[in-house]
Amino acid sequence: MRNDEFIVMPIAQTKDETKTSRTFFFDYNLNSKPGQFVMLWLPGVGEKPISVSGEKEGRFSVTVCAVGPVSKAICELKKGDKLGFRGPFGTHYSIPKDVESIAVVGGGYGSAPLAYLCEHAIAQGKKAYFIEGARDSAHLLFAKRMEDAGAEVLLATDDGSEGVKGFPTDLLKDALKAHKIDRVFSCGPEIMMKKVAEISAHFNVSSEVSMERYMKCGIGVCGQCAVDELGICLCKEGPVISGKTALSLKEFGNYFRDSSGKKIEYNSRRV
Amino acid sequence: MLSVSLAGAKLQNPTVLASGVLGTTGASLIRVAKEGAGAVTTKSISLEARKGHPTPVITTFDAGMINAVGLSNPGIKDFLPELEAAVKGSPSPVIASIFASTIEEFGELAKEVSQAKPSLIELNISCPNVNDEFGRPFACDAVSSSEVVKAAKKGTAIPLFVKLSPNVANIGAIAQAVEKAGADGITAINTVGPGMQINIEAAMPVLTNKVGGVSGPAIKPVAVRCVYDIYKATKLPIIGTGGVTNARDAIEMVMAGATAVGIGSAVYYGGVEVFSEIPKGMREFMESEGYSKIEKMRGIAHEE
Repeated sequence: MRNDEFIVMPIAQTKDETKTSRTFFFDYNLNSKPGQFVMLWLPGVGEKPISVSGEKEGRFSVTVCAVGPVSKAICELKKGDKLGFRGPFGTHYSIPKDVESIAVVGGGYGSAPLAYLCEHAIAQGKKAYFIEGARDSAHLLFAKRMEDAGAEVLLATDDGSEGVKGFPTDLLKDALKAHKIDRVFSCGPEIMMKKVAEISAHFNVSSEVSMERYMKCGIGVCGQCAVDELGICLCKEGPVISGKTALSLKEFGNYFRDSSGKKIEYNSRRV
Repeated sequence: MLSVSLAGAKLQNPTVLASGVLGTTGASLIRVAKEGAGAVTTKSISLEARKGHPTPVITTFDAGMINAVGLSNPGIKDFLPELEAAVKGSPSPVIASIFASTIEEFGELAKEVSQAKPSLIELNISCPNVNDEFGRPFACDAVSSSEVVKAAKKGTAIPLFVKLSPNVANIGAIAQAVEKAGADGITAINTVGPGMQINIEAAMPVLTNKVGGVSGPAIKPVAVRCVYDIYKATKLPIIGTGGVTNARDAIEMVMAGATAVGIGSAVYYGGVEVFSEIPKGMREFMESEGYSKIEKMRGIAHEE
């Protein structure tokens, strides 16, 4: 019978990515696919859903950005400290065989599953464009890792401190005009992902986005992450869904529900 | 062959989405109904919004799960539009589950929730989070249970089902008490326990709340016994709930005396597809065993 109990083990290694984010490696064969997540548990503090940011040769990683009390406490941890996880959960990004080149568009820490996806695609002999946007150069994640992996790296910052001054969605538009791209993937702020899905549709290219909601159980039972109007749970039938499905959801880019289930409107933010 | 009636509500098949699993939004309820559920129950709703307990709130073990979600819900005001949408869009009857911390509030909530015209109202008096003035669930005491039913009756004309706790000495006596107080049916059982799971590497309980209600296959024998006892003690229709994951389990519940069968944790093992698979399996069993309709099996295990 199925059982998804926590595995609690020492952190094998850590790596600082930015001032506020850190990658944790575990020597464990998770059998994850890019886009899937784990529920990360710091005993005595709390639990958070976090995307897997890489896995190869019996070692997987998660990259945590210190934003709330639980993630801040996790980011204090060092090699050898114990951390728990259960998973992998949810759907994953898919790259059909006939796809030759992909573009990924990440905003903020949304780049974590996309870096994993690019490594996966490159290992299969595909061309990958890694497009990333952040506030400034200090907040860019994985640009170096992606260059080393052999991806074409395109960066955008709000202040122009690295790459172009502007939005990653503009870089996507330019890339779709200039290159043959067969599929687009995105993870990051929802308003950005909505634009990515719309732009891809405009260029007649299929897209997949990773849509996040407040999650409690991670196993498709509690209903906390059910979205309007399909009523599907994003922890199980997501987080990765097609751009087309996402655009059909009434709440995509418009609102989400908090831990009580109350609807909260997204502020209209520029991306 | 499989259709049943619960206090006037017509179900195409006896499967009922149990309260607390999915059922958080109108869209979620409609989705489960469209997957084939004979009826769908909302997550329990209170007067005010509740954020629930801090995570982890759910953990699993070899034969089930333990949860301390903590009755999170947006409160009746925000939930009413969701319930209205479900009643309008669901192909099967919608059961509104409500809970409160005082007897008076149950009456108020029953009245409020009736505005959306659910087919039935389920009084959740048995969650470990719903306590009377002595810190116990109302369902642990025959007098408190009856008072809740009477208060709710005053607030609504919609049939009332009462969800009972297995954690009592004599569930049959509680069932008789709520029947006398005017209940129209019984849902049994709520989760067992509470239970606890300790992760031995972390050397501490997994749930932040430390304890939680136990559900899943591990509690099925307790649920079957409770349904058997209630069937013997009252004439009320029963939604037999607890550890049902397949058609054989559902048949077992019916033979113990259940009119309908609640399904919750099974969604973890088999996805929402269980709502089409269980009726299919029940039909196959009935055909091979020669039962022409579900009534022929109801309570059959009581025959000497």
